[in-house]
Amino acid sequence: MATKTLSPKSGAHFRLALPPLSGRLRPRLITVCTALAAATFLAVGWAVSMGDFPITFTEALKAVVGVGDPGTLLIVQELRLPRAVVGVLVGFAFGLSGAIFQTMTRNALASPDMIGFTQGAGTAVVAGIVFGWTSTVSTQVLGLLGTFVMAALVYVLAWRRGTTGYRIILVGIGLQWMATSATDYLVARGMQFQAHAALGWLTGNLNGRDWSQALPLALTMAVLVPAALALGRLTRTLQLGDDVAIGLGTRVQFVRLALLVTGVGLVAFGTAAGGPIAFVALAAPQIAQRLAGTAWPPPLAAGLTGALFVVGSDLAAARLFPMELPVGIVTGVLGAPILLWLLIRANRAGSGG
Amino acid sequence: MIPELQAGGLQLAYDQRVVVDDLDVKVPPGRITAIVGANACGKSTLLRALARLLSPRKGAVQLDGRALHSIPTRELARQLGILPQGPTAPEGLTVLDLVTRGRSPHQTWWRQWSKADEAAVHGALAATGIADLAGRAVDELSGGQRQRAWIAMAVAQGTPVLLLDEPTTYLDLAHQIDVLDLIHDLNRNEGRTIVMVLHDLNQACRYADHVIAMKGGRIVAEGDPADVITAENVAEVFDLRCQVTTDPVSGTPLVIPMGRHHTS
Ligand SMILES: Nc1ncnc2c1ncn2[C@@H]1O[C@H](COP(=O)(O)OP(=O)(O)OP(=O)(O)O)[C@@H](O)[C@H]1O
Ligand SMILES: [Mg+2]
Repeated sequence: MATKTLSPKSGAHFRLALPPLSGRLRPRLITVCTALAAATFLAVGWAVSMGDFPITFTEALKAVVGVGDPGTLLIVQELRLPRAVVGVLVGFAFGLSGAIFQTMTRNALASPDMIGFTQGAGTAVVAGIVFGWTSTVSTQVLGLLGTFVMAALVYVLAWRRGTTGYRIILVGIGLQWMATSATDYLVARGMQFQAHAALGWLTGNLNGRDWSQALPLALTMAVLVPAALALGRLTRTLQLGDDVAIGLGTRVQFVRLALLVTGVGLVAFGTAAGGPIAFVALAAPQIAQRLAGTAWPPPLAAGLTGALFVVGSDLAAARLFPMELPVGIVTGVLGAPILLWLLIRANRAGSGG
Repeated sequence: MIPELQAGGLQLAYDQRVVVDDLDVKVPPGRITAIVGANACGKSTLLRALARLLSPRKGAVQLDGRALHSIPTRELARQLGILPQGPTAPEGLTVLDLVTRGRSPHQTWWRQWSKADEAAVHGALAATGIADLAGRAVDELSGGQRQRAWIAMAVAQGTPVLLLDEPTTYLDLAHQIDVLDLIHDLNRNEGRTIVMVLHDLNQACRYADHVIAMKGGRIVAEGDPADVITAENVAEVFDLRCQVTTDPVSGTPLVIPMGRHHTS
């Protein structure tokens, strides 16, 4: 027998006798996730139907599943859809990864773009461009390597009788500046056309993305996203501090390492496919948290916010401006005001942060 | 059966600094034990070691004869609960959410809110007198309300052994007595073993069956409150002259400190 109640004492929850499933429900979180998913779907539909060669929304959706004339199919399936899909996947990966790191360290500043992981990818890719390795190794592989090396460095240097969130942030910020300086140096000593290519990659760009970027990312995410969502349950005790978490039976070091591996994987593959799109990993979890009214960044909602954020920004970048801009410029311009508005609103309502 | 908690030959250290050396302790099962001693004498350090939050450099802590580090941490969390000194909750976390987290060692991926969870959470909220605060954010409560929310979390965990580091700090006198009465009830009605760090010697004498007095990482005296809390022991442990009389209400020792300005 199923019971779904909204008792004032326990809030909404469900409990089945057989199978013995039970849990507490957060109606506002469910609503927010549904709305974000719907909005992302609309944005993708819009992205594949608009452009120099306009296609109606329904035609575009039909073409996605393979119905339509060859010309429409080509434009939708080979040009617009992969770009939108990469946008959704990269945004989701960044948002989820940001939520993981912010929860793990109990600090909003600890998103992968603040603690050096994305900057590590940047240094590797720019080095590849300047030294001409890109003819043998793709920028995707370089981006992956850069992120992994940086994450390993942060973890090893932050290790002292186990890792604490605070040490990860401090070490990460230090390494982030080192990577940024190295990148700047490489751009400065590179030749003009190399510097131009490097800067283009460093802004984060979805222009010209095809299935060769979307597929590896989709496959990795098929593994990492369920893993990250499953780990999310274990972070609930981690949020109370290590001592309390251990007391409640959490294997703190194991959970932290598992979170680190999943989070790094998400951001590494995301960066490899879309470049270091600014601000998404930092802002999406914080925006999702305020939309859902939770005390921590909700992982699924953070991923969906990231997806909507990137696809929406890419649409704006391609359509709102006289010349087409890279998406990374728009995410910063759009994301900062949204986050600031949510923060100010929360303070006015008397419930800080 | 109430699990037995004991430790032998403990050496506890932070990096190079040894805080506790060669300490043996046996917690009387089913009783209330109070650890007393001056600031920085190692009370929290000992309590953290008893709860496997700190691994001993030498020696071992045992629960029912099994070394703590050999017991899976989740299984241990169903036997032994710990409320550390000064825990912090994330901003905006509600009291109900916090207390519910105390149930984690009993929950699985698919069973997150069983009848037992619900009963334990509401029982803990009621016992600590904060049922009406359930929807409030923990960080927006007064120090005393917040302390009771954390105690409720530890109570909801429902462990036969419960370790509490300074559970009465931040509480006004009435709420200190409330919390100690609650601890007394948990012990007498449910037979839970309690170990708590207390600073108020008179409360320790009233509520504990067994008192451990520490100084400089060693146990100076332990046993029945009436035997441990004497003028000589207080002078040694706290460097404080005092008189000890009898508490007119409970008949336990009552410490009257003297200090430099007040002598008899
Ligand atoms: N994390 C730590 N790292 C290094 N030294 C520590 C740490 N925690 C405690 N100490 C040291 O260990 C000693 C014992 O500290 P402990 O916290 O056990 O004292 P306590 O008896 O609980 O004191 P209080 O009454 O102030 O809570 C102190 O000298 C303290 O400075
Ligand atoms: Mg202490």
